[in-house]
Amino acid sequence: MEKHVVVIFPHPDDEAFGAAGTIARFREQGIPVTYLCGTLGEMGRNMGNPTFATRESLPEIRKEELIAACQVLDIDLEMLGYRDKTIEFEDRQQIAEHLLGYLNKLKPSLVITYYPGYAVHPDHDAFGAAAVSAVSQMDQADRPELWALAIKKGKEADLGEPDLQFDITATFTQKFEAIIAHKSQASGILGGINQGPGSLDQIVRDKLSHEAFYKWVF
Amino acid sequence: MNKIDPIVVQEQLNQFVNQPVFIHLETTNGAYATHHNRAAYNVGAFIRNAKVCFTQAKISGDPTNYRVGLKTEIGWVYAEGLRDYQLDQPGCLLLAGHDDQGRLLVTLEISHQPFSI
Ligand SMILES: [Zn+2]
Repeated sequence: MEKHVVVIFPHPDDEAFGAAGTIARFREQGIPVTYLCGTLGEMGRNMGNPTFATRESLPEIRKEELIAACQVLDIDLEMLGYRDKTIEFEDRQQIAEHLLGYLNKLKPSLVITYYPGYAVHPDHDAFGAAAVSAVSQMDQADRPELWALAIKKGKEADLGEPDLQFDITATFTQKFEAIIAHKSQASGILGGINQGPGSLDQIVRDKLSHEAFYKWVF
Repeated sequence: MNKIDPIVVQEQLNQFVNQPVFIHLETTNGAYATHHNRAAYNVGAFIRNAKVCFTQAKISGDPTNYRVGLKTEIGWVYAEGLRDYQLDQPGCLLLAGHDDQGRLLVTLEISHQPFSI
């Protein structure tokens, strides 16, 4: 049984698409979950459909969406203040130390982050790498377990099948509501994976009802 | 944003001429182009808070493809594919082009004040 779960992703909506079903399951078991969100997705290209955001209004809109999504999931939120698209250019050790500050305070039993090199977006890879580095720098006695989310196509060829595979149908409603809370992003991203007719709800149900993670070996 | 009215945009551009202003210029096809289509690849560039002073500014083209060119002492600033505009507080002009799903393709923004970072 986990005692406290810390989720570390760079963008508002990463938590919803990648791990919301798993997060909701932890919350149903009464386990506290904290989301350390790296950026406000300032450079996202989805502006709503039809467009309602601009490059300049997007950060504030996504901040509100992120807060709403975290309310849906009933989790704590810390916004770390990095800028979208720039994480890979920051000093990795500095980010790791920033994350360590939170980890030493929250003392999680489990950290969930992106699998570096298998997370497609450079921010995902860089923030995942910083998170792995932070956890690896903790004393072995205090070190939480780490689950890594890989989304790169063909990842199985390198990594094998994920160690943890969850059917999240039971918490699908929370996941769907968390995704929809990211209004400016949801329709564009869901539209992109929509291969045929069907409601948004059905698309999400078909494509996103499984969540899988690799257990990191330190 | 609203569909570009070239007369309004030209008037706005004129207000920035011959003084230091801040530019945000960006184009992108997203971070997932290759992920969704292996034949495609990710392309993007942005510059935020470039401080420039232009001596001429002109919008050209038609509603399917407006271009804006800003002539500086020693060069040019250029954007193509602009269709939408918005006046964001006084002294801040946003120009952008989006695809049919509302996703940003290109944006050129000009402001008297630096953009937030
Ligand atoms: Zn992301």
